[in-house]
Amino acid sequence: MAQDDKHDSVAHARRNFLRKTAALTGGALAAGGAARAAPLSVQPSGKEPGHVIEETAYGMPSKFEAHVKRRRTDILKNRQNWSDWSMTPLQSQPGIITPNGLVFERHHAGTPDIDPKTHRLVIHGMVKQPLEFSMEDLHRYPSVSRFHFHECSGNGLTDWLKPASTTVQQTHGLLSGVLWTGVPASTLMEEAGVDPRGKWVLFEGADASAHARSIPIEKVLDDAIIAYAMNGEALRPENGYPVRVVLPGWEGNTSVKWLRRVKVGDQPWHLRSETARYTDPMPNGKWRQFSMVMECKSVITSPSGGQKLKGPGFYEVTGLAWSGNGKIRAVDVSFDGGKNWREATLEEPVMDKCLTRFKVAWNWNGQPAVLMSRAVDSAGYVQPSVADLQKSRAIVGFVQHHNAIQPWAINATGEVRNAIGQA
Amino acid sequence: MRSAKLKLAIAAVAGVAAIWGCATTGGGGGGGMGAKSADGIPLGSAGPNAVQPLPDRPRFGKPVSEADLAAWNIDIRTSDGAGLPPGRGTAAEGAKVYAAKCVACHGAEAKGGSVYGTMVGGIGSMTQNPRILTPGSMYPYAPILFDYIRRSMPMDRPQSLTANEVYALSAYLLNLNGLVPQDAVMDAQSLPKVQMPNRNAFMIDDRPDAQAVRCMNDCK
Repeated sequence: MAQDDKHDSVAHARRNFLRKTAALTGGALAAGGAARAAPLSVQPSGKEPGHVIEETAYGMPSKFEAHVKRRRTDILKNRQNWSDWSMTPLQSQPGIITPNGLVFERHHAGTPDIDPKTHRLVIHGMVKQPLEFSMEDLHRYPSVSRFHFHECSGNGLTDWLKPASTTVQQTHGLLSGVLWTGVPASTLMEEAGVDPRGKWVLFEGADASAHARSIPIEKVLDDAIIAYAMNGEALRPENGYPVRVVLPGWEGNTSVKWLRRVKVGDQPWHLRSETARYTDPMPNGKWRQFSMVMECKSVITSPSGGQKLKGPGFYEVTGLAWSGNGKIRAVDVSFDGGKNWREATLEEPVMDKCLTRFKVAWNWNGQPAVLMSRAVDSAGYVQPSVADLQKSRAIVGFVQHHNAIQPWAINATGEVRNAIGQA
Repeated sequence: MRSAKLKLAIAAVAGVAAIWGCATTGGGGGGGMGAKSADGIPLGSAGPNAVQPLPDRPRFGKPVSEADLAAWNIDIRTSDGAGLPPGRGTAAEGAKVYAAKCVACHGAEAKGGSVYGTMVGGIGSMTQNPRILTPGSMYPYAPILFDYIRRSMPMDRPQSLTANEVYALSAYLLNLNGLVPQDAVMDAQSLPKVQMPNRNAFMIDDRPDAQAVRCMNDCK
């Protein structure tokens, strides 16, 4: 969004004049643009050869895109650099796939460098035959590739009853869209031979936190992937290299990275990460546990917090919607803070448990507006407001599984700001 | 849907077999003339492109014994302490380990330090805002201490503590939270028996809990 002239009364007067003129001429001036383009001369890039073709290289984004980066939260400052998170710049992402270098991070003890030649994965516990796999072994199995969203349970935790974050990267950037490739977990589980009494599966990482979670075996056998690739290349170290589990639609931390161990048991383990962490505060001092599914949610990525509209006229309002319970069926957009809604267009492909891009055309009249999106999934679930969620949850301390509607307030000068809890 | 997929898969396999079949020299070998695949495709059995029947499913896992993976088998089922190893420790012993390996980040007497907040207190805070989250106020089962300390702590050298050290640190933190006496011995038998105040606070996921309505016009 361009810089504006909000303190320039001359410019304001001119814009008002233009707006009135546009109204008088039926919008012809607005549609044709305000000013005529200057004459063109041959551009420098056409006058000399470009960079040479390297013998070997890994391509990087244009230097002019250097501002598009993952960023750690600017709200909660951790006093160490190993257990923290960095967030995806959703405001800069078109489409539904997040480039690997921008997929969000959440680690509990930093990113390990693991040599795939020495890495081993074991399956044991309540199985007929405990098994060990090398990475070479895993690559030999028939593979699957599936598009899924990936979201941290704490996405949005800083912005609940009042705004804290400025940008959509900070409010919603613990979210990415990835094509995962690997072996169906069921293939390996069947090879080990799961005891019929085995009901829960522990996944454990080879990192310095040895992060682990208990997962119901139904989910593991249904659609879990033992993944070694993302978006067409090997997993990035920060996303689990050389192998992780992916549990489609479930909170990100259940998809244990740097996977070394899978253990079958007949009960959950009730680890710290499933009691003291990743649980939801509920009324009367209770905690909701094993709340794994990331429920239906959406957010407008453009225009979004920290951006500035160039002035009245046409805007394509666009954003992302997703649900851990199926496909996105519809997204509605409101421009008046939730009083009236218009159904947006969903861009194909619309896939199960995957980011879905929505778009709606908008002609901004220059008056203050509050933009919101509301997604509906194939289970019929309607994305709630903060007020809706407050009816059932006791929102104290840190907030997990916050899937409420995100309002963006636009003032008369076009500045977009976070209005969570205020609209 | 499933049967359609299955048929497609069978057709694909048959197609590959048919193409390969053209290049086989046929005859000889153990398969013998006239051997056919499950789909009726003649199986060649000699030459570089001989058609082999597919195995039921590929199997590449190597058998491993539980004894051989013992170094990795560190999880504790915290509700009953299953998996707790031999060893023992007291709060007094734990205080020494804490002073050597934990205090820099967690502060004196676990009241919070340069990196992390308090690990004591908060009992009774679960109906307040904010809730004070510590092992004493939050953990439903005492063996969570053992499991977590052993797998993740200390942050700069995880999985380096002995079982005795982990039992001692567990005893120390439980004692600081007023949940065991100073001289209590924590081991595989006693640790699971410690009564944690938050024991019955957990409820299994009961979502969806929101009842939003898809109103389109003149909504509240």
